[in-house]
Amino acid sequence: MSMPDARKILVRVHVNGDAREAEVEPRTLLVEFLREHLNLTGTHVGCDTTYCGACTVLLNGRTVKSCTLFAPMADGGEITTVEGLAKGGKLHPIQEAFAECHGLQCGYCTPGLLLSTLQLLKKYPKPSEPQIRKGIAGNTCRCTGYQNIFRSIRMAAAEMEKR
Amino acid sequence: MYAAPFSYYRAASVQEAAKLLQELGEEARVIAGGQSLIPLMKMRMARPTALIDINFIPGLSDVQTPKGELRFGALVRHADLEHSAAGATLPILHDCAAGIADVQVRNLGTIGGSLAEADPSGDWGTALLALDTAVICSGPSGQRTVPLENFITDAYTTVLAHDEIVTEVRVKVPSKNSGGAHLAFKRSAPVYPTASASVQLTLGDQNMCKDARVVLGCVGLKAIRAKEAEGVLRGKPLDEKNIWAAVDAARAAADPQSDMRGSADYKRVLVGALVHRAIEIAARRARGESMEAGHEYAGR
Repeated sequence: MSMPDARKILVRVHVNGDAREAEVEPRTLLVEFLREHLNLTGTHVGCDTTYCGACTVLLNGRTVKSCTLFAPMADGGEITTVEGLAKGGKLHPIQEAFAECHGLQCGYCTPGLLLSTLQLLKKYPKPSEPQIRKGIAGNTCRCTGYQNIFRSIRMAAAEMEKR
Repeated sequence: MYAAPFSYYRAASVQEAAKLLQELGEEARVIAGGQSLIPLMKMRMARPTALIDINFIPGLSDVQTPKGELRFGALVRHADLEHSAAGATLPILHDCAAGIADVQVRNLGTIGGSLAEADPSGDWGTALLALDTAVICSGPSGQRTVPLENFITDAYTTVLAHDEIVTEVRVKVPSKNSGGAHLAFKRSAPVYPTASASVQLTLGDQNMCKDARVVLGCVGLKAIRAKEAEGVLRGKPLDEKNIWAAVDAARAAADPQSDMRGSADYKRVLVGALVHRAIEIAARRARGESMEAGHEYAGR
């Protein structure tokens, strides 16, 4: 078997509105691309096995697990990471709600949960309890037991509706 | 975790992808959603030397609804179907689409990819076998239509030639007095089910079961048509006695293996319970009742 041609290729994306690019090996995962090549370390690597959702980002408006996507597959895409939530030094209402309701303890899963919440509330501005549970079923939190996360999401929904 | 190195090709058309497969040889693989392939590559259980990315091919994300049929392009994601009008018309498809793994995986994973991967625990291979489903396979010399029944031959094995790609999945819309359900039990949202069952029933007058499909998932090397169970139901009244006889026949048709998801005995009991429930839901839907069903897991 001959060695595969794993030459680096150029990946261009928009992250949180900014045009960014880097030359990477094709096997580079999107989460590594963000963290190691673009120095955006807000997105976390948790289980690295498509389970925990700590690496969740938005790609073209949809949540994806960035540990389960090769960076070249996201070429040309619009990506939102946790760094893109706050605007002008002011936290996003979802971030404020998680802080207010203690929707986190260690905070490791939080970047992913914030983005899953963002997609959930875009789809269901007033989510029911089952919709909330289903919406964040791909995000594992080992600290909170989820009750305060549910409260945070309900509070964020109420706050976002006012604005 | 890093996958083994590979070269990356972005196909602009199905023809180009098929040609690349031919040129790059047996070690090349097509990638669509990647939600099965990428984890396998990270664990080094799959080591393709080349990946042909079909995500940038235009026109493969459409759901078409010609008369009496639903057609899903190769890049229709589970989430597309979950939120589509097509899913609403066929609840069994919605059950399946809305319950696979979690939101993030459903946003990327594709129906065509799930069938081509042929994982014994995959949901689509089970749900779509309860309907008349055909897989369109496209290669350098054109396309052919393969009934799903003949498409998956074994665990992770299909009749796809090396230079062929699944480009469309076609489902025949069942008659009006027909109803179906796909139920699965999984330990948590992101994992594969421990067992699943798909049932499609066509009812006649006076609770008569005119036709039945009973399919079992995760309890064999591929989805199992429980044909004895279907025979027990077909042409008879859909009463408790016949339903339980069908459940017994379905349990007997299961061929589960003990693994970290549960013992073979447990899975056999579980799949029977799922069949029983799926028959009841399918029958109520066939009578026009609207009800929710799908994947069950802790914390739902």
